[in-house]
Amino acid sequence: MQNSKFLSALFAAGITFVLACLMIGVKLDTEGTELAVTGATAEQWTWIGLGIGLVFLSQLFSNQIDAFFGKLPKPKLGGLLPEEKKRAALKPWLLAALIVGMLVWPFMVSRGAVDLATLTLIYIMLGLGLNIVVGLAGLLDLGFVAFYAVGAYTYALLSMYFGLSFWMCLPISAGLAALFGFLLGFPVLRLRGDYLAIVTLGFGEIIRILLNNWTELTNGPSGISGIPKPTLFGLEFTRRAKEEGAQTFHDFMGISYSSSYKVIFLYLIAVLLVIFVIYLINRLMRMPIGRAWEALREDEIACRSLGLNRTTIKLSAFTLGASTAGFAGSFFAARQGFISPESFIFIESAIILAIVVLGGMGSQIGVILAAIVMTILPELAREFAEYRMLLFGLLMVVMMRWRPEGLVPMKRPHLELKS
Amino acid sequence: MSQLLLDVNGLTMRFGGLVAVDHVDLAVKHRQVVSIIGPNGAGKTTVFNCLSGFYIPSDGSVVFSGEQVAGMKDYQISRKGLVRTFQHVRLFSKMTVIENMLVAQHRHLKTDLISGLLKTSSYRRLEQEAMDRAAYWLKEMDLLQYANREAGNLAYGQQRRLEIARCMVTQPQLLLLDEPAAGLNPNETKELDELIVRLRDEHEISVLLIEHDMKLVMGISDHIYVIAQGAPLANGTPDEVKNNPDVIKAYLGEE
Amino acid sequence: MTETLLYLIQQLINGLTIGSTYALIAIGYTMVYGIIGMINFAHGEIYMIGSYVTFIVIAGLLGMGMVSLPIILIIALVVAVFIASTYGWTVERVAYRPLRGSNRLIPLISAIGMSIFLQNYVVLAQGSRDVALPPQITGGWTFGDPAVFEVSFSYMQALIWGATFVTMTALTLFISRSRMGRACRACSEDLGMTNLLGIDTNRTIALTFIIGAALAAVAGLLLGLYYGVVNPFVGFIAGLKAFTAAVLGGIGSIPGAVLGGLVLGVTEALTSAYFPSEYKDVVSFGLLVLILLFRPSGLLGKPEVEKV
Repeated sequence: MQNSKFLSALFAAGITFVLACLMIGVKLDTEGTELAVTGATAEQWTWIGLGIGLVFLSQLFSNQIDAFFGKLPKPKLGGLLPEEKKRAALKPWLLAALIVGMLVWPFMVSRGAVDLATLTLIYIMLGLGLNIVVGLAGLLDLGFVAFYAVGAYTYALLSMYFGLSFWMCLPISAGLAALFGFLLGFPVLRLRGDYLAIVTLGFGEIIRILLNNWTELTNGPSGISGIPKPTLFGLEFTRRAKEEGAQTFHDFMGISYSSSYKVIFLYLIAVLLVIFVIYLINRLMRMPIGRAWEALREDEIACRSLGLNRTTIKLSAFTLGASTAGFAGSFFAARQGFISPESFIFIESAIILAIVVLGGMGSQIGVILAAIVMTILPELAREFAEYRMLLFGLLMVVMMRWRPEGLVPMKRPHLELKS
Repeated sequence: MSQLLLDVNGLTMRFGGLVAVDHVDLAVKHRQVVSIIGPNGAGKTTVFNCLSGFYIPSDGSVVFSGEQVAGMKDYQISRKGLVRTFQHVRLFSKMTVIENMLVAQHRHLKTDLISGLLKTSSYRRLEQEAMDRAAYWLKEMDLLQYANREAGNLAYGQQRRLEIARCMVTQPQLLLLDEPAAGLNPNETKELDELIVRLRDEHEISVLLIEHDMKLVMGISDHIYVIAQGAPLANGTPDEVKNNPDVIKAYLGEE
Repeated sequence: MTETLLYLIQQLINGLTIGSTYALIAIGYTMVYGIIGMINFAHGEIYMIGSYVTFIVIAGLLGMGMVSLPIILIIALVVAVFIASTYGWTVERVAYRPLRGSNRLIPLISAIGMSIFLQNYVVLAQGSRDVALPPQITGGWTFGDPAVFEVSFSYMQALIWGATFVTMTALTLFISRSRMGRACRACSEDLGMTNLLGIDTNRTIALTFIIGAALAAVAGLLLGLYYGVVNPFVGFIAGLKAFTAAVLGGIGSIPGAVLGGLVLGVTEALTSAYFPSEYKDVVSFGLLVLILLFRPSGLLGKPEVEKV
């Protein structure tokens, strides 16, 4: 037994060497017109050696590692909090404190921090939206960013061509993204789940190609700039009012102009939108439709035998998820003031998926925490930026192997029966 | 003669060249327990799949309370009141017992978004009724104390009972049970026996049963159909079937 | 012959060339799908790695002063197939095997993670810019009226046609004649049953991934030489195309994958001949959605019977 363990570890180490020897050990370079190869530096070979050693050891002790991960204490959030009943009584207070904190906080920190928080809130919205599709309904959507793009471009184009305001475009963007989701989901959702994954992957690419090439409408790769910022009941946050007769915020309030008002205002809008989305999804999860989503994820055949129409139920999840992305997209366009197809590449979809997977499929709190970690961590560790996507990919594999339910698994609602 | 609840004529299912079900007839009256028996691989589950709409039969008619249902979608048939269980328990295992019961009542609830988000009075009333129905059937099946457990964490016998409870809460007229006694201990099988009788006598529904436990089948069936290699072999009351030489031959092999 | 017709013939030649490489990649998808019922999301990256290995070997051998092109190509082929197969095996071992039997979503996510990982691993190891290899196989046949339109059929295209044909024949023979091939077919009929019969299904599944990867490596070599460029992102689109081809032909069916690849290649060539070439991806994607809408079982596939 011990012997075969050793052999398989040796084998794994050998495989690792085969994998690494050419792809990492030799580097392609263009010298003039000729293609040439250069050997890796001693340092790189050291890394390869370390990698091989690591694989060898991890295979040798795979049982122990599996046991370790299996025994790893699941974060007992329930244990940290007071008991069920007490918690129910405390909950509104905690929520209120959290919301007040979020509203007061931006006035005490730097502009950059507030801006980063706004970005985080956008990812929270996206994560929550994808969580409906992947986490609750169990549909793998790899082109989520396409709906985000639809939302962003809807606002940018409507404001450019028709001068519509942000507040007007917000629901339109969500609606249009939902329409796209509906049209895409309709042919695919009747079929097996894997088809959806690949079709959404393709759709994400197609939207990007269209945005890039439909130059007359979208301005192609150079994007759309000068997208107006949201206003507060018609008050602008610029130094001078852009439109005739419009008033600026600082004039109205009789205070001197500061650009951080705009940043804080955007942050506050994002907070409101996130609260709205959280509320909405929270309600949906406790409604028949939300339960049906989860039931479909658990067992499609049983659902059908109980009279549930799987196509419409899946379609509703897919469409709602898409509309959340559209919602987030139009806010993104307003915040950036500039959008181009570059912002809507596959990597974005992958990041959002990683947020859902890391947080815990179906778990709202998990997704929120994961979104915060995933946006703030890269900011803190910029020197590792090039490893970011590599780690995200690795994270998905590792999470699926050892903790498919995520870091903060979803908690089931407790329902009281009277009998 | 009272109208038949389920009237199946010449039901045939072909997969490519293979004939899995060959001209099977079945008749189930109101408030009857009818069993389908036959050796393994005889095509019993395929019959169920045809009746419940998971397969579209290649040929034949399936009339359920006076309506042709062959060719309808599975969920449409289920909504007409013909509901089934599965050979291997199929629960929503990550969801709680009570959630399982609520999902089953999906079509009885107000499922549109607006009334749910606004919690209109009709939404709340229907939701409450569904909870009450769920509580009633959980109590009937002796599962009430597990209402907030994850379904996947129940013991096997309890999972079986939950699957039946989940069917009953949809208020069916005909319940199709696919080997409900498989994997149950003798005690649990006896309880199942009593349960099926109660479903027929007190709740006035019909049960179509696939089962290998002959004691159970012979004890509760009003009528039995025997299928071998996809084709009907015999049918009649338990006593008639028991003494039919063809049936004995099919079960014991030719000596 | 008229110009229009000659132009059309040229497009058909180009389309069949690209199409046969799509077919090679599509077989990997279709075989894996046939056996475990799942899409191998990392398959496109294996193709990309096959291209890289080819370039590395060719550049290395040329750098060492080797001149005989056939020998260089054969060595490149052997090394690319070997290394890509190892990657294919590793993908199965790491991203699929430990997750067998869990909810379908789980291996899908794990595989997409694997794909992202491999792509960025190559970015880190080899850089994200295009690597160009000067054309190795030049020349070709031409026919048609030079005054009107000259149709060219290059030696490289001939090589692609020939190599695809040989590979397909070898695969067909392997699957229909060999013991392992029979095990493959048995597994795709009924995995659980095959296991009971004492066939090592794990080994058969691993073999399927290896064969798929080997074919992807052949495609990587051929397309790498044909286009003369490679970058870490080519696997993404090629994977998408090949998957479309597999679905078009009927996923699970090997002849279907070949037919689907050829049809898709020709469709793309014709699209880029008569419309702006950026739209060829849009057309092939549209094709995918249309098939799923009207004939989800594909051209040669059997309708799926669900096991209840």
